[in-house]
Amino acid sequence: MTEVLRLENLAKSYGQAQVLKDINLTVRKGETVCVIGASGSGKSTLLRCVNFLGYPTGGRIFLEGKLVGREVIDRSGRTEMRYREAELCAVRAHVGMVFQQFNLFPHMTAEENVMIGPVKIRGLSKAEAKARAAEHLQRVGILEKAGAYPGQLSGGQQQRVAIARALAMEPSIMLFDEATSALDPELVGEVLLAMRKLAQEGTTMLVVTHELGFAYNVAHRVIFLHEGTIHEEGTPEEVLVNPKKPRTQDFLRGVTTFRMPEPRIAPA
Amino acid sequence: MSYAWDFNFLWALGPLLLGGLINTGKLWAIAFSSGLAIGLAFGIMRTVPSRILRGIGMVYVEAIRNTPGLILLIWFYYALPILVGVQSSAWLAACVALSLYTGAYSAEIYRAGIASVEAGQWEAARAIGLSYAHQMRYIVLPQAVMRMIPAFGNRAIELAKATTLASTLAFGELLFTAKVIAEDQFRPLETFTAVSVIFTAVLLPLSYACIWLERRVARSGGIVRD
Amino acid sequence: MPYDWNFTIVLRYLPQLLEGGLHTIILSAAAIALAAPIGVVMGVIRQQRVPILAPIAVAYIDFFRTSVALVLICWCYFALPVLIGVTLSTFTAVTIAIGLQASAYLAELVRAGLQSISVGQWEAARALGMGTRLRLQYIILPQAARRMIPVFFLLVIEVFKTSTLAGFVTYPEIVYEAYRVATDIYRPIETFTIVGAICFVFLFSLGRIALYLERRYAVVER
Repeated sequence: MTEVLRLENLAKSYGQAQVLKDINLTVRKGETVCVIGASGSGKSTLLRCVNFLGYPTGGRIFLEGKLVGREVIDRSGRTEMRYREAELCAVRAHVGMVFQQFNLFPHMTAEENVMIGPVKIRGLSKAEAKARAAEHLQRVGILEKAGAYPGQLSGGQQQRVAIARALAMEPSIMLFDEATSALDPELVGEVLLAMRKLAQEGTTMLVVTHELGFAYNVAHRVIFLHEGTIHEEGTPEEVLVNPKKPRTQDFLRGVTTFRMPEPRIAPA
Repeated sequence: MSYAWDFNFLWALGPLLLGGLINTGKLWAIAFSSGLAIGLAFGIMRTVPSRILRGIGMVYVEAIRNTPGLILLIWFYYALPILVGVQSSAWLAACVALSLYTGAYSAEIYRAGIASVEAGQWEAARAIGLSYAHQMRYIVLPQAVMRMIPAFGNRAIELAKATTLASTLAFGELLFTAKVIAEDQFRPLETFTAVSVIFTAVLLPLSYACIWLERRVARSGGIVRD
Repeated sequence: MPYDWNFTIVLRYLPQLLEGGLHTIILSAAAIALAAPIGVVMGVIRQQRVPILAPIAVAYIDFFRTSVALVLICWCYFALPVLIGVTLSTFTAVTIAIGLQASAYLAELVRAGLQSISVGQWEAARALGMGTRLRLQYIILPQAARRMIPVFFLLVIEVFKTSTLAGFVTYPEIVYEAYRVATDIYRPIETFTIVGAICFVFLFSLGRIALYLERRYAVVER
């Protein structure tokens, strides 16, 4: 399978604090990779680096085989990455992001939220964008709310619109940043269901989540992040059921929400 | 076109300008202190249970805030002799008008500050048997006052600006003095520039102090704006 | 000796006073028309921390918001013509003075409005691949504008109040006309009582509109 995203020695620090170090990760087309770990382990930072909402301070990111940014060698002989905002805008347009807090635009209807990107960035006509919005709202099962404003929707409905908004850009990879953490428990299911459907349809997804059941059932690979590094990596079976590293075992023992109610779904 | 700036004459007339500045300061000090006192009375009036008192407070605040300061000033200048039978002067009219003006805005600050103290505090104070006046004096106002300080700072700045209105009644504060000098010396550019710089030099640090205080208060919880 | 109030004589001069009022409104409108573009641009520059321009905007805003309207009016009317060598009409001079000051207040309003939009909105727009211009134009400014409308009305009220100072440099606005009427009929108290009432009704109504808009546009989030 062709690779969509490759991270090489990715690092991120805020001043003294090293949040991510030496992350090496490849996501292939059609693959769903789940990232788990305690809060503060750098999961969200990792996603934010991938679409450059935060700039990595070291390492390289390849999107569809192409290096993002330009390498320069500074005076002390170290290589550094330089990024141009225009290039990053183009990168972000090819990377879909779903936020924990949805971040829908409150002054636009659900449909308008989904249309704005295709119209203003991809240059689609209003009619084309409308058709595309309908298609993606349908995919996440919320087409009937196309005319509603975010304020009129439940959290779960808002998050599904947010997913449609990202999908409508037809990105090469979708990033989910704890997409269900801000939801009331009874609304989590509808969002996870929509996400699972996308995974089954072959969407390339990098998912940061606390829902270990989802990771177990849906992911092709699971990554356990600990103190900013990839501590353990493998199939859901390997990482979630038979973890080898003590830290992973500790983490899984501490998690009480690990449910395995559904039968495993075969990877698409 | 290049204008030959010359500030030398202003140094010579420095004492005159300083006199104007002192008059501005006096007017400011009197109007601010009496404005705070008037504001306290009306601010509390706007929070009491009595509907009549609340109504009086509201009429005062709305009447003053929706009338341009200049009109207030002129009105009191002509009306004071009739209302209280005293000989009117620009100084007296300015003091009264600016005090009432500051009082109306301060009343709103007090009201918002008092309203920002949560109901539990009132109830706790009532529960230990304090009278309404004591609840206000010992429990509510001390908590509210910190949150009001930045807003009062801004009021102080606005009042300093408003003192220049008195120049329209030929009261010899800074701006009026400057106007006299400018006409006398045929040097309006330097004179008015100097006055403008003096005001900004005084008010800008004050304004930053208010912003700083506001941030501190906001961090310690509860923001009050006028 | 009780004062013998006489309002009827003043009411005969009502057209003249209202004409002054009309001039006040025209002046305020001109000042706001001048302030609006400058204020929005300065506010955006400051909030976005545009390199080089931002410190200029800060200095501009700081100077004008701590300046005194009447001093600015005097400066523009008496001093500015000396500097540029061109005589300015009172209308032009006062419009510049009030407009520039209002633009500084407006810039602060715009900045606060932009600041009040949550980081998530900026990020969501960025994540879609929008550049700064698209983000401001379609996502941030439309939301910020709704929140700013009520406060903008309060600013308009302040501009109206400030416009009454224009009489000081002989622009025939409402207070200037009131002085003329008062000296004509020797009835200053009645004249200024009526002028005060006119201003009150006008400004109070504007204030109520602001309040209504504030309720109407109160943004319900999430």
